[in-house]
Amino acid sequence: MSNNTPRSTTHFVAPLEETPLVAIDAVKVDEKPSNLWIDAWRDARRRPIFWISGALILLIIAVALLPSLFSPINPLTEACALGDSNGDPSAGHLLGFTKQGCDVYARIIYGTSTSISVGLIVILLTTVLGVAFGAFAGFFGGWVDATLSRIGDIFFSIPYILAAVVIMSVLSQYRSIWTISLAIGLFAWPSTARVLRAEILRVKQADYITASEALGVSRMKILFQHVLPNSIAPVIAITTISLAGAIVAEATLSFLGVGLGGSIMSWGNDINQAQRDIRVHPQTLIWPSLALSVTVFSFILMGEVVRDALDPKARALR
Amino acid sequence: MAGYIFRRVLQAIPVFFGTTFLIYFMVFAMPGDPIVALFGDKTPNPAVIEQLRQQYHLDQPFIVQYFIYIGGIFRGDFGISFSGEPVTQILARTFPVTIRLAILALLFQSIAGIVVGLYSGLRKGKLFDSSALVVSLILISLPIFVIAYVAQYVFGVQLGLARTTVGSGAPIQDLIMPALVLASVSFAQIVRLTRSSVIETSGLDFVRTAYSKGLSRRRIVPVHILRNSLIPVVTFLATDFGVLLVGATVTEGIFNVPGVGNTLYQAIIRGEGPTVVSFVTVMVLLYLVVNLVVDLLYGLLDPRIRLVK
Repeated sequence: MSNNTPRSTTHFVAPLEETPLVAIDAVKVDEKPSNLWIDAWRDARRRPIFWISGALILLIIAVALLPSLFSPINPLTEACALGDSNGDPSAGHLLGFTKQGCDVYARIIYGTSTSISVGLIVILLTTVLGVAFGAFAGFFGGWVDATLSRIGDIFFSIPYILAAVVIMSVLSQYRSIWTISLAIGLFAWPSTARVLRAEILRVKQADYITASEALGVSRMKILFQHVLPNSIAPVIAITTISLAGAIVAEATLSFLGVGLGGSIMSWGNDINQAQRDIRVHPQTLIWPSLALSVTVFSFILMGEVVRDALDPKARALR
Repeated sequence: MAGYIFRRVLQAIPVFFGTTFLIYFMVFAMPGDPIVALFGDKTPNPAVIEQLRQQYHLDQPFIVQYFIYIGGIFRGDFGISFSGEPVTQILARTFPVTIRLAILALLFQSIAGIVVGLYSGLRKGKLFDSSALVVSLILISLPIFVIAYVAQYVFGVQLGLARTTVGSGAPIQDLIMPALVLASVSFAQIVRLTRSSVIETSGLDFVRTAYSKGLSRRRIVPVHILRNSLIPVVTFLATDFGVLLVGATVTEGIFNVPGVGNTLYQAIIRGEGPTVVSFVTVMVLLYLVVNLVVDLLYGLLDPRIRLVK
């Protein structure tokens, strides 16, 4: 352009009624505010697998809490009769007998609480450790992130069942639900930390975080009041699946003979005991395996529902 | 690329020292006498205790012990097994078998997993997709030893289609069933990963462009969709190597495959602590190396990776 006079353009402003902006006025303000958790609940309750897995999990928890309601025989007090060794099912003994002459059904019922307890203690441990490491690494960044993430990498680089095998071999004199949960949880937390860290890195960019910083809210308060509540959803989504993983880990360790002591009722121990007779008496192996698989399946199904419900992106893949 | 390799190798160094330190620490800093604890319920021979005490330099301070142990690893000395055979010698004998089993399993799980996952993803919500989803969830829920025993009982004992245990020398035909069992664990994960990746890629602009250019589905599906969907699958295969190692321990034990996993399995069930520790260390190092190699290859395949600091 040779001349310096500014170009003039005519602006046409449409009347509000003719623009899409009018839709903003049409939003109903008396409608209940929607949030992630309400949306998730609405999504989950529409799915049959939510109700199926929910019912199964409630049943399993009931069995774990009150085993005597489900089995008239208490394997902890009633001695097994060797005369019944590998016996076939009979009246009152639905699933037959183990090699030691114990009632298979009663052992399965009383072993439920072991699996559930280990699962719950492990996820408590992995959530506490994972949230602590993930939250501080993601939120503070810099050298805090570098240090915490490298520590996480080290724990992540040892497959947790192998680590638990070593710990349980060393702790062979102290085998209990607590030590086995500690052995599994101590090496299972980095995946939780990684998920949370990634989510926090995303949430940290949000405008409301910048706003709180501008208002002078302290760093810790921002982390606990704004960042964590908004980034915890993926952690909850993987927790249900981790619970299933922990139950499998306990059973695998007990199956290998480095899990719980023989005096503790555990499906893994029962499978370990039954494996020698697989050719002649597969039933004693099948039933505890089935109990274990159904329990894990229920938690995996629930984990699927929870993940889909909390993650709109996963919902789109359905 | 050279910078990327350098950075990635540099990152692996603290992890190497960290993992070996952790394993060493777990064994030797536990309460009670570590040597006695390693034997579990058994009472070891005093001569064996004395020998192990010398072997692990228990009279030295902890950190010195650790560096002696690390020095041994660098010289290829992983210790001596319970039966007195050097661990490296056992590895030389058992490693080829495990590699054969692992390659077979990897082939089964990636080919079947990618084919089923691709088909599911292209027919999202159809009958095939829903059934594949149900089957994969059931497979994920079955612990590997359950799958192994069911396979052994049904195909080996009942139907007589395969041998229940692997013969000496581990011929390929005997390894097929253990490999299928080993593959079943990650098969389901690969199906799900491929499926979601295919669905995601199918919605991208370049796929739409390919269709609007008039390319045929037969070209778009393998070239545009599948190739771009495989990146997360390859990453998964690397991180899943740990699962494969644990799975191999159980599978080789149950089918009596004369591999590395079986050696560990036998040591675990016999309560031979020192051998367990040596073999877990070997497996963890193997896992680290595989992940490092895959990361390097990955940087070679996908330029975006090596640009990220």
